Amino acid sequence: MEQAILALLTIMIGVGGCVGYFWLSNIVLDKVIFPASGPMAGRNITRANAVRPWLFLLPAVLALGLYLAYPVFATFWLSLNRNEAGDLVFVGLDNYRQMLGEDKFWESLRNNMVWLIVVPAMSTAFGLLAAQLTDRIRWGNIAKSMIFMPMAISFVGASVIWKLIYDTREAGQTQIGILNAIWLQFEGGAGSVLILRVLPVLILLAFAAAVAFVIWGQVKAMSEGGLVARGLRAVGVVIGLWLVYLGVTGSVGAATAQLPYGEPQFWLQIPFWNNIFLMAVLIWLQTGFAMVILSAALRGVPEDTIEAAIIDGANPFQIFFQIKVPQIMGTIVVVWTTITITVLKVFDIVRAMTGGQQETQVLANYMYDKLFVAVDWGVGSASAMVILLLVTPILIWNVYSARKEMR
Amino acid sequence: MAELKLVNVEKAYGEVKVLRDINLDIKTGELIVFVGPSGCGKSTLLRMIAGLERITGGDFSIDGVRMNEIPPAQRGIAMVFQSYALYPHMTVRDNMAFALKIAKKSAAEINAAVDKAAKILQLTPYLDRLPKALSGGQRQRVAIGRSIVRDPKVYLFDEPLSNLDAALRVATRIEIAQLKEQMPNSTMIYVTHDQVEAMTLASRIVVLAGGGISQVGAPLELYERPKNEFVAQFIGSPSMNLLPGEVISTGAQTVVRLANGGIARSAVPTQAADMGLKVNVGVRPEDFLETSEEGMFTGEVEITEALGEVTLLYFKRQDEAAQVVAKLPGIHADLRHKTVTLSAAANKVHLFANGLSLLYR
Repeated sequence: MEQAILALLTIMIGVGGCVGYFWLSNIVLDKVIFPASGPMAGRNITRANAVRPWLFLLPAVLALGLYLAYPVFATFWLSLNRNEAGDLVFVGLDNYRQMLGEDKFWESLRNNMVWLIVVPAMSTAFGLLAAQLTDRIRWGNIAKSMIFMPMAISFVGASVIWKLIYDTREAGQTQIGILNAIWLQFEGGAGSVLILRVLPVLILLAFAAAVAFVIWGQVKAMSEGGLVARGLRAVGVVIGLWLVYLGVTGSVGAATAQLPYGEPQFWLQIPFWNNIFLMAVLIWLQTGFAMVILSAALRGVPEDTIEAAIIDGANPFQIFFQIKVPQIMGTIVVVWTTITITVLKVFDIVRAMTGGQQETQVLANYMYDKLFVAVDWGVGSASAMVILLLVTPILIWNVYSARKEMR
Repeated sequence: MAELKLVNVEKAYGEVKVLRDINLDIKTGELIVFVGPSGCGKSTLLRMIAGLERITGGDFSIDGVRMNEIPPAQRGIAMVFQSYALYPHMTVRDNMAFALKIAKKSAAEINAAVDKAAKILQLTPYLDRLPKALSGGQRQRVAIGRSIVRDPKVYLFDEPLSNLDAALRVATRIEIAQLKEQMPNSTMIYVTHDQVEAMTLASRIVVLAGGGISQVGAPLELYERPKNEFVAQFIGSPSMNLLPGEVISTGAQTVVRLANGGIARSAVPTQAADMGLKVNVGVRPEDFLETSEEGMFTGEVEITEALGEVTLLYFKRQDEAAQVVAKLPGIHADLRHKTVTLSAAANKVHLFANGLSLLYR
């Protein structure tokens, strides 16, 4: 009871203090510093209006400076020092050197890159698909609510849910993990071949073909545009070729792999694939966000342009990809970059599900391990700086695109 | 080369029929204008012809081929939207080329068609711009260009000028008329609520009202021989005056005693049986003449609007009757608050009974 009263009092003091600050400082500005009377009334009003935004922004600027800007510099400073029994000893770039020498760091960086490619792409693609498909049907709104609901679940909560999905019991026991329950239905018969061999091969080859098609389009368009556009296209083509290579080799692997039928699998301990299983959690969480924003954007596409395209003879796919998607490209970029930033900071899911073991380490969890488990401030801060360095350009692009959208 | 035929076409949303009994023959090379008050279904009818709205009853055919179930792209039509509906992410060239690209035409063919259309519409310098970098009139021309490139049998225009300012509207109207001159074999259907556009552009006007066709005819035919009171009042501005009265003499010339006490003589012939028939006498404001003798109407001028070339006289309302308006040539601002007597030549006086013209019995 006492605590509740204390909390209430704190809230009242806090809110009252804010209101009081804005109200009183405004009065001081208008009546004392630049009074709107006397011979200089006009000039004073103009000046007061010029000062007012700064006055009102001051608390926010101070708070952000204290809690955002200062920690960045402090972290940077920590990353250049070593903690010796509580004393900071300046060691220059030693921490970075040590970090770059660790396999776990490179593993985190590599995993983060995979997360960075897979999660925003899948979330945005699924979100766009859901937005388009739910727009026309009667129970679309129900479907939308279902897809959006995971947004309300915390990352750790979602991890717990998905841990149950990936759960493993010994062979012979009832599997409570749905993935193993499904897996044990496959026994190597015709159905298994169809679903576990033919289907993955087809999907991977289709993916490779789609990427190859995009590359072909980019190569054909190579003669257009300035140097920067050409450079970007060239980079895109190289990445695309790599993806095609992955798709083709992956399909060969899927066709020839020995599958251990009948044995329950420890999903979160299978190298590489356990990363994908972790990513599924975040995709599940972020698809709803992408869907809601993209659904609003799709509704904003003028109906007239769609009707004009119908009269021009475009089929539904052409209308979607050539008329609708280009018109909401700005929003897609905002959604994509927003999810990318979330992905770069991903920590809770890995912490809660594997703790970064079995080659699932990511940068944020690496930082946590260094900073709070090993209590190595230096290397921990250095890895924090790496995350910051990766987030910043994407953040700038995100803010730039979002502001462009709002105009 | 395209003849359009609509037979008993109707449009229903559930139980509500918004259009019914639409029968229309449109010949090759005609420019047909649909006019009507807002909500009369003129845009809906156009969209049914385009294939954007389903036809719920009757038959629609182009060149004898039934089109009810044919998708829009295969009907051989092109449409210009009120809002232009340009693709905002494509350049002018790509906007015009889109339909041909979808149809998988060769690049050379596409370029030739786009360049030709751009030349006709004076868009050549703007081909590489995005729509947002164009003025309203230029955007409208791109929308028209997008239609021309497809070389359709039928052009559909859905209020294409209503988003333009007044001066540009007149200029673009003339451009459309010139475009029609250049393509004498193409059939065009044009929807508007602006009767000036209808009168100036149309080879025939279709007046739509209350979910059906009120009258179809050449612009001046509608002006001179309206079939009913609605068309009479819809065509012409200010609209035709209607004065209630009773037939007192029949024959080649009909004489009507008006409720306000005046006498009207009309060149519309009547039979002996029409004696005593209750009619509305219709006179256009511009057909009224000022007279010092016995006339059709005498009243006090409440407001005058002198436009220089003509002066509009608004008379004081008498009882429940509609306000009478006269349009006299020249400047008559001094007539305000004066009592004026009006008459009209017999061949300019229309007679309506139960809303229908006695000419068409």
